[in-house]
Amino acid sequence: MLKRLSGVLVGLGHRVTTGIWRIGAGARLLFYIWVYLIESFKRTGLIVREIFATGVLSLLIILVSAFFVGMVLGLQGYNTLQKYGSSEAIGVLVALSLVRELGPVVTALLFAGRAGTAITAEIGLMKATEQLSAMEMMAVSPVARVIAPRFWAGVISMPILAALFSMVGVLGGYFVAVPIIGVDDGAFWSQMQANVDFRDDIMNGVIKSLVFGVVCTMIALFEGYDAPPTAEGVSRATTRTVVNSSLAVLAIDFILTSFMISV
Amino acid sequence: MERTTIDLWVGVFVALGIAAIFGLALKVGNLTSSSIGETYTVTAAFENIGGLKPHAPVKSAGVLIGRVDGIVFDSKDYEAKVTIKLDKRYQFPVDTFANIYTAGLLGEQYVGLEAGGDEVVLKNGDKISHTQDAVVLEKMISQFLYNKASDNKSSETTKAAE
Repeated sequence: MLKRLSGVLVGLGHRVTTGIWRIGAGARLLFYIWVYLIESFKRTGLIVREIFATGVLSLLIILVSAFFVGMVLGLQGYNTLQKYGSSEAIGVLVALSLVRELGPVVTALLFAGRAGTAITAEIGLMKATEQLSAMEMMAVSPVARVIAPRFWAGVISMPILAALFSMVGVLGGYFVAVPIIGVDDGAFWSQMQANVDFRDDIMNGVIKSLVFGVVCTMIALFEGYDAPPTAEGVSRATTRTVVNSSLAVLAIDFILTSFMISV
Repeated sequence: MERTTIDLWVGVFVALGIAAIFGLALKVGNLTSSSIGETYTVTAAFENIGGLKPHAPVKSAGVLIGRVDGIVFDSKDYEAKVTIKLDKRYQFPVDTFANIYTAGLLGEQYVGLEAGGDEVVLKNGDKISHTQDAVVLEKMISQFLYNKASDNKSSETTKAAE
């Protein structure tokens, strides 16, 4: 009995210490990325190539899902709003939900699945094949050469992708509301413009997407860097990237929203 | 892939992103319509502002001429002091009437200004003295019910007298 209890306690202690160790290691990685800030922006070629990998190649999934999300919002919103005789407010509903919430959050979730996993798998495999150690042997810092460019590329790509998501989503909502359902074109845009504030809504969405970009990229990079150098280790790290990024994004979204919306 | 192709695609990507932010700002947001330009500030005291909020529109004859800047409670007079920013292009006489209206049945509340006949116009920092409070639906309903009840009672008494 006592043995089992102590076993449980040992397990708990092990989990806590590992958790703290991982947070510390992640913070140190982030610190080193900032140390190499100037150096990594001197070699823009690396960052540009990573923006291509994380941003440009994510465009298709982001744009297609944005259009569908917008269309669904249009349909669902119209269904409810017309009961209250205010179907013209559909533009406001679609725009506000996209700009404030769905744009940054869904983009971050898709980004974690599309770009984050790729980053983790790539870095994990680099580690497994000892490419990172080889760089260190040649006095090339893997953080400066591999980690930092990917970090900045992710941080730059995320807000762009989120803005595109919101814009295409609004167009998707327009496509359903105006040509298909027959809401008045002018009312759709004018109600939207009257109720969406640039600073309170759009800029807050951009801030959110920037934070999510940092969080998702950082988790992906750390999981890859920390992955055990085996096939199983890399696959587990990739899974953890998606799970942890999604949870972190949703939790941080709640915290940010509670700060942004003054009750 | 070749370096220039990658550069091209990234350039297209970033340009699209900037275009999306501009599109959101101009087409979705109110960056264009909220640019009221040069403003001057006037205050108005209300006994009850209902659901009026900061940034609510200020309209005259249905045209947007300014926005509510801030609402504070004045503990000296127990009134709500509403600060209003008005467009410099529009001048109003000092005896202008400020009302709180509701757009539609369930819509947002806004301040409506009705110009008076005075020669002197409102200047920065002036106070609008003629105000009318927001309509509180509960008060109206209770008044209506009260009237109805007293009507019934009086008709019953007349019937009994007959």
